[in-house]
Amino acid sequence: MAAILTVRDLRKRYPKVVAVDGVSFEVEEGICFSLLGPNGAGKSTTVEMLEGILPPSAGEIRFRGRPLDATYRERIGIQFQNTALQDFLTVRENLRFFRALYRHGADIDELIEVCRLREFLDRDTRKLSGGQRQRLLLAIALVNDPELLFLDEPTTGLDPQARRNFWELVRSIKARGKTIVLTTHYMEEAYLLSDDIAIMDHGRIIARGSPQQLLSEHFDDSVLELPVSAVAGKSLALPLLQRGEWVEIITADVGAAVRSLLAADVPLDRLRIRPRTLEDLFLQLTGSELRT
Amino acid sequence: MISLRRLAAMVQARTLEFVRDVSALGWNLLLPVFMVAGMGFIFSGPGRPLFTVGVVGAGSLSAADHAFLGTPQVRFYAEDDVASGLPKVQRHRIDMLLDVSAQPVRYWINAQSSKGRLLEKLLKADDPTAQAQTVSGPQIRYVDWLAPGILGMNMMFSSLFGVGYVIVRYRKSGYLKRLNATPLRAAEFIIAQLLSRLVLIVGITVAVFVVCDLFLDFRMEGSYGDLLLVTVLGAMSMIAMGLIVSARFTSEELAGGLLNVLSWPMMIISGVFFSIEGAPEVVVWLAQLFPLTHILEAARAIMLDGAGLTDLARPLLVLGGMTIGFLLLGSILFRWTPE
Repeated sequence: MAAILTVRDLRKRYPKVVAVDGVSFEVEEGICFSLLGPNGAGKSTTVEMLEGILPPSAGEIRFRGRPLDATYRERIGIQFQNTALQDFLTVRENLRFFRALYRHGADIDELIEVCRLREFLDRDTRKLSGGQRQRLLLAIALVNDPELLFLDEPTTGLDPQARRNFWELVRSIKARGKTIVLTTHYMEEAYLLSDDIAIMDHGRIIARGSPQQLLSEHFDDSVLELPVSAVAGKSLALPLLQRGEWVEIITADVGAAVRSLLAADVPLDRLRIRPRTLEDLFLQLTGSELRT
Repeated sequence: MISLRRLAAMVQARTLEFVRDVSALGWNLLLPVFMVAGMGFIFSGPGRPLFTVGVVGAGSLSAADHAFLGTPQVRFYAEDDVASGLPKVQRHRIDMLLDVSAQPVRYWINAQSSKGRLLEKLLKADDPTAQAQTVSGPQIRYVDWLAPGILGMNMMFSSLFGVGYVIVRYRKSGYLKRLNATPLRAAEFIIAQLLSRLVLIVGITVAVFVVCDLFLDFRMEGSYGDLLLVTVLGAMSMIAMGLIVSARFTSEELAGGLLNVLSWPMMIISGVFFSIEGAPEVVVWLAQLFPLTHILEAARAIMLDGAGLTDLARPLLVLGGMTIGFLLLGSILFRWTPE
């Protein structure tokens, strides 16, 4: 499939820091491409350059093979993580306002149905719940029927149910042929929604591929999880990794590990066995400490 | 029940935020200094004179010319002749006109002016022979002189704070960033702000004028159309001034401080409540830098003197020039997001 977005040797330098240090990738049309990274990794700066909001210091960005020009903003949609809206306007008035800023766009009634806004259409936007507000912001991002949609941490702050509802919404939008560029701190979200993932750190891309590719390339083992109390005082030959109230045993041979636990008389009634996840990969690649 | 622990934590957090916002803190410290210095300069000397008297025919403006000229708390200034001083008495720009070259001395006061009446008593105490002269032409009430000042002041606050402050809040909240992601251009946004506020201000000003006119029957010698033109042009110039202040900042405290720095001097030296007739030359010069001075000059000329557009060419050109200049500067400085 053809690339809708092509990025070559993109750089952004500030007086005291290099935020993006030579990033290159392509985004194929119709997929969900996710950019992941810890705070300060350079992903927000990269995305803002892709959105055309921030000028790069060097490198180039091409949309459908052409440099970004004045028409680019007519063809993309952006859902920012933190967006204030005009006070005292209803959901319907906001949609109409943003629709009026574009020459071409989506049918407002259809958008209302797709983003499930009908029940609070005439409500002041200041009185929306978190999930309702995110659905409105998504609708505003879709108001010009964009070819490329940027979602910047769209589910941050939502409860699990609202987050899952939002994922369904994103899937339905992708099914309509839209290309999505997603940034998120939720690895589960990235795993479930993404076709292609780039993990950034220190301004560079340090891993790239589909979620399955990334996991299979980096891991051939599984994780056994036990409560700390289950292994306390036991003499085990296995390496243990403590994570809060649980310990993890990372092993390529689950059978052998379980036999060792049994031999050490470790109670297995709360044993959990799971495959490696994107979160494991993220922590392995970027370090387990959160950076701010 | 108020938790002192939470209250203290909140006070600490807010104080830290304020103290660490160097620019806002700077303005909050500097503004009162500027205000005190400015007021001190304008009203410098051994106390602000209570009255202003134009004197014709005095050599030294001292008691040697006439005993009344030694009266404290009265500012005496030399007026060229009676003809140039009389309109100032009529329009409350001065409280009395005194001709000491005549024998006995002659004086003119506005029959509507309580300050004029008081001065008359003081003069008569020094010189019982002084002769009151009739001010030819209509006596202008203080309210006729004051009304344009009050309406102009209201326009000023609405223009500066209604545009300047709001745009800074938009930028701080990320709303401008959202708009920047659309095809909306900066010039479109700026002009939209100007037009939206202009319609509001002109509508309110006209409504207030009409309602007050019903009760006070303002003196109107000129054309209502000309007055509307001055109102529109004046509002545009002050909105454009507010746009400059809001062009880049994200701190509401800093923007508020800057807007105060602009609005308070205008309140004092642009002639809202009292004329700056006889004030130091530099104050008169400074007043010319503010749009409100030209708005009030033009509005009073229309309402009190019946001035037409040709008479108003200077203030209208100045207001037009200020509007264009401020808009250009505001557009050049404007940023959607903090840098």
